[in-house]
Amino acid sequence: MGLLSDPNRRRALINLLTRLNAPICVVCYMAGVAWFMGLAFEPFTLRTYMSENAMGSTMVEERFPSGERAVATGREFAAHKKKVSGMPVEWLVKTMQARGLEVYTQRFSRTLPFPDENKERYMVKGTNVYGILRAPRAPRTEALVLSAPCTPGDNNNQAVGLLLGLAQYFRNQIYWAKDIIFLVNDHDLIGMQAWLEGYHHTNTTGMDWSPLQGRGGSIQAALSLELSSDVVTSMDLVLEGLNGQLPNLDLANLFYAFCQKIGVLCTIQGKLQRNDWDSVSGYSHAVQTMMLMVMKQASGRPWGDHGLFLRYHIEAATIKGINSFRQYKTDATTIGRLLEGMYRKLNNLLERLHQSYFFYLMPSLSHFVSIGYYMPAFGLLAVILLPGVLSVLTPLVISHLTGAALYMLPIRFQEMAVEHFPVSETEAVVLTAIAVYTAGLALPHNTHRLLSGEGTEQGWRVLKLVALLYLAVLLGCTALINFSLGFILALTLVPAAAFVTPHVPKVLSAFVLVILSPACTLLFSVFFFQELQEMPVSFLDGWLLYLSVISQGILDHFLYGSLVYPLIALLVYPCWLLFWNILFWK
Amino acid sequence: MAAHRCCFPVWLFILCSFSLFIIAGSQETTVAPEQHASVLDNPQTAAETAEQTAGESGGVEERRWEGTEVRDAAAQKQAEPAVLQPTPQPKDDFQEELVVRPLHSGDIYASFQFRTLWETDFMRGNKVSHYRLFPKSLGQVISKFSVRELHISFTQGYWRTMQWGQPYLPSPPGAELWVWFQDSVTDVDATWKELTNVLSGIFCASLNFIDSTNTVQPSASFKPLGIGNVTDHRFLRYATLPREIVCTENLTPWKKLLPCGSKAGLAVLLKSEKLFHSSFHSQAVHIRPVCQDWQCKTTSWELRQTLNVVFDLHNSGQGKREWSLFKMFSRTLTEACPLASSSKIYIDITDNPEGEQFELSPATSLLSQAMVLGDRRTFSVYDLTQQDTFGSVRSLNLLIRWKSTEGDMLRPLLHAERYVAGYGLQTGEIHTLMYNHHPYRSFPVLLLDSVPWYLRLYIHTLTVTSKGKDNKPSYIHYQPSKDRVRPHLLEMLVQLPPNSVTEVTVQFERALLKWTEYTPDPNHGFYVGSSVISSLVPSTVAMDTNSTRERPLFSSFFPCKEESSYFVRVYTEPLLVNLPTPDFSMPYNVICLTCTVVAVGYGSLYNLLTRSFQIEEPSPGLAKRIANVIRKMRGFPGTMG
Repeated sequence: MGLLSDPNRRRALINLLTRLNAPICVVCYMAGVAWFMGLAFEPFTLRTYMSENAMGSTMVEERFPSGERAVATGREFAAHKKKVSGMPVEWLVKTMQARGLEVYTQRFSRTLPFPDENKERYMVKGTNVYGILRAPRAPRTEALVLSAPCTPGDNNNQAVGLLLGLAQYFRNQIYWAKDIIFLVNDHDLIGMQAWLEGYHHTNTTGMDWSPLQGRGGSIQAALSLELSSDVVTSMDLVLEGLNGQLPNLDLANLFYAFCQKIGVLCTIQGKLQRNDWDSVSGYSHAVQTMMLMVMKQASGRPWGDHGLFLRYHIEAATIKGINSFRQYKTDATTIGRLLEGMYRKLNNLLERLHQSYFFYLMPSLSHFVSIGYYMPAFGLLAVILLPGVLSVLTPLVISHLTGAALYMLPIRFQEMAVEHFPVSETEAVVLTAIAVYTAGLALPHNTHRLLSGEGTEQGWRVLKLVALLYLAVLLGCTALINFSLGFILALTLVPAAAFVTPHVPKVLSAFVLVILSPACTLLFSVFFFQELQEMPVSFLDGWLLYLSVISQGILDHFLYGSLVYPLIALLVYPCWLLFWNILFWK
Repeated sequence: MAAHRCCFPVWLFILCSFSLFIIAGSQETTVAPEQHASVLDNPQTAAETAEQTAGESGGVEERRWEGTEVRDAAAQKQAEPAVLQPTPQPKDDFQEELVVRPLHSGDIYASFQFRTLWETDFMRGNKVSHYRLFPKSLGQVISKFSVRELHISFTQGYWRTMQWGQPYLPSPPGAELWVWFQDSVTDVDATWKELTNVLSGIFCASLNFIDSTNTVQPSASFKPLGIGNVTDHRFLRYATLPREIVCTENLTPWKKLLPCGSKAGLAVLLKSEKLFHSSFHSQAVHIRPVCQDWQCKTTSWELRQTLNVVFDLHNSGQGKREWSLFKMFSRTLTEACPLASSSKIYIDITDNPEGEQFELSPATSLLSQAMVLGDRRTFSVYDLTQQDTFGSVRSLNLLIRWKSTEGDMLRPLLHAERYVAGYGLQTGEIHTLMYNHHPYRSFPVLLLDSVPWYLRLYIHTLTVTSKGKDNKPSYIHYQPSKDRVRPHLLEMLVQLPPNSVTEVTVQFERALLKWTEYTPDPNHGFYVGSSVISSLVPSTVAMDTNSTRERPLFSSFFPCKEESSYFVRVYTEPLLVNLPTPDFSMPYNVICLTCTVVAVGYGSLYNLLTRSFQIEEPSPGLAKRIANVIRKMRGFPGTMG
């Protein structure tokens, strides 16, 4: 027990650690990456299981009969949508009323900070329509939501048709204990945001909406439905929500259980489950699925309309019908049964979904990696930073000012940029962001001019100490909230932080440091993501995609309050600048 | 027992109509629809009206005479010796009635009322031991706990005011109990506690969960409904249990209080398999002292049992717009309760004067009109004490068949809703919205809010706004909560401007409970009972003053005082609020265990790892130290020790 009590032995231990610092760091880094890759290996993962008792043992029988009629209703909806070229509000109100629902509408409008060229919108005005099925003998305290977005073009008409079909069928059943809200939201996420803000009477993003007239109490769970063809081959489950939040795992279990029961092919990340985990291709399939989830979660975007519910402590998921022209076909009746079964089980809930995990990764729909398994991978990477602390203040403020400029200038200066340069607003925003980002690289020279003195050996050590601590705290916190984002950032920033000193070869190190910077990480991620989806792109296309990803990221922040853009601009980027400063320390 | 009914026709005049607590005034009007003119057989309308004025409640004018009917009935039964024999004036009386209101949505609303009147005195040490119609269990409760007035309701579901209009008897979801005690009671709280436990046994309900944390003493919202002028709210207790589930086990004891049980009369229809296959179910018991006659020389106790139920078109009607007694209750009627002095069914046909909305069969020639909730309503009446009501098949199965789905409901003038705003588990905001749909008149409402202590109201954030402007309440009574002892009580008198929405908001903080205070299902959330909005609403009849509905000119200049406003009580929905809840699961236990292990283990291990140990030399004794000093002085080095 005298290991640390004896000063001599302690000194020896420290000497050993200092001497072996570099190899230990390398080993830890490798181990961290290896651990992470191991997570996708099936024997290391857990099978999913239903934790919630209220949903487990109770049997429900699915009897939804009218899939054909739902498809017809979907066609009718499409026709009316085309006629008014937008949301057919009056028709929806009338149809829902005819089905015995209490129908309300909500108008909203929002001017985007800059035009969104991907979806071609700038000033958004729309109307949400929702009908409430009042549960018999229930006091309006609990509700479930089924939503379908009304998207422009020919998409998603079948989802609205099925929603109305289910409404009609559900209305005639006596067993509901919770009100069910059938929502058709205009302008997908913006409409959903307006509805949720209206329902909870909050205003986090400065949107204009008319107050809601009818409510159903506290919402317990929600599903968003996306269907674009009469016949689908498989159902895809989307879990990733705003800021990388995930719904309770039981919701995924519920979906999986009913797909198994009814015999519907189900996928996650668009990937079917494979049984050959012991083969190389099987393993790489699992890795791909998991990596897709990591990338999507790290992006912090809502990947479906459900993503915005999670902020309000409402468990939600999006169910997408995919038609990949395989042999196996599923008709609307079967999908209706799937949803009926899920809603009946959700209706049986006595408490909110809370029994199962909130932090997990899914290498396949039937397996998951819980927080206890994935955190060591991150821990192994983070531990490298700790010896770094042993080895040892200044342009901190300037780095952060640059970060703040990156956060604010793109939006503020778009008008000026458009006046002086031949670019559109969106390009102006993105290019300003990149310009500010690049301008930050000139910082070391400017900082030294301000300091007007020789940087001492001691100086850079202190700076590095601060930077390392900063990075450790930053990554630690990020990984707690959004593991995927934290892990990707750690993967690139940690090596940069570990090797940088003023004494390494300048040009080479500068190159490496730029490669490992957050912006380049994003660029690589874009390419990697395309690769995973089996849709590789050329460099030029990739670059354009990269620019649109940046603009989408900024938009997500202003529209739905996504935190990834401010996190990168205000914290990660200044932190990286500190290391850049250390490299050019004089 | 049937003899009583025949012998005392005077009672029939008094009790000929259903009456409501909330009727502010009554008026008799003569109606003689032309299509029934041929059936009209009794022209004594004037005399009858005079008689009916003596009635204490809702005036009824019928085309056919109840007096005549009774005389007929008496004539039929003259053969029976009991009828001929004059019996002493009975001191109790029982009436039953059913009101059916077809709703525009295609749903149907049925409201039962059973009234037992008893001229007796439970108070002042008067030991009452002989019970006839009045249930003994309740009589004993009244005398033991010195109850002056008792109102209890059990409700499953929420009344949808905007679709169904105002109910005859409003009640909040769950259980509600309010009691006025006699001013002779010294320890009201102890009596209240004991009373709730006894009632809990009588009604098989969880009323024993009523304690000081959910009991309040409203200062203005709940006034006594019976006679008496003590309004010191020290003797009033009000409590709700929003979570109470109402089911068969509550219905059975309620039915047992009826003189005929569920064996005969209207109570035959009360079968739980149908009553609980509905959209709304509410049952209540009201006890109060009332005047025996219009001069109020003597008082009697009134027990009123009510049951309201709404059947859903889609669930139980199979989508067909057609209702019958059998479809609603899976029973038909064959007789009145023999103990009842009156037994009637009223069908609201106000919106259907010409039979264009729905068809009613068998048809009845008996009509009645009453002021209900500020509106003049017309009813078809079926008298179950008359044998010919049952026809040749000896069973009555009323059938209502819709002809058209057209028609609009008169929008209720007052309605309210409530919700929790915000997200996260730290704070929140309660929004209460009160709608005044009256086109040109404003009226005051009393808002009562009782919020449990674990929602800590920030009363400085209380705002009342109507039409975007600050609306200053003219009266505020606020009693702050005490943790684990009593809830918040907020009462306000607010003026609602015409055609407006008034929004009351108050922010709150969610308290972190002690771990033993959580319910077994903490993630379900915690309930906050309904707000109560009591108001005198300008009546829709008075609204007609300026309108063009055909009325004699001389009758329509000044609004009639009696009908200018009526009392309405509106309940908002209860709230379900999530409190910050620890994860009471296996990982939680594991964390607790590991924390303990770490706390105990870490300290000792850390000590061992970091402390440097030195061998301490034993300190020399006093004698040796002195010897050393002496040695030093003599020049020897002090090495000893």
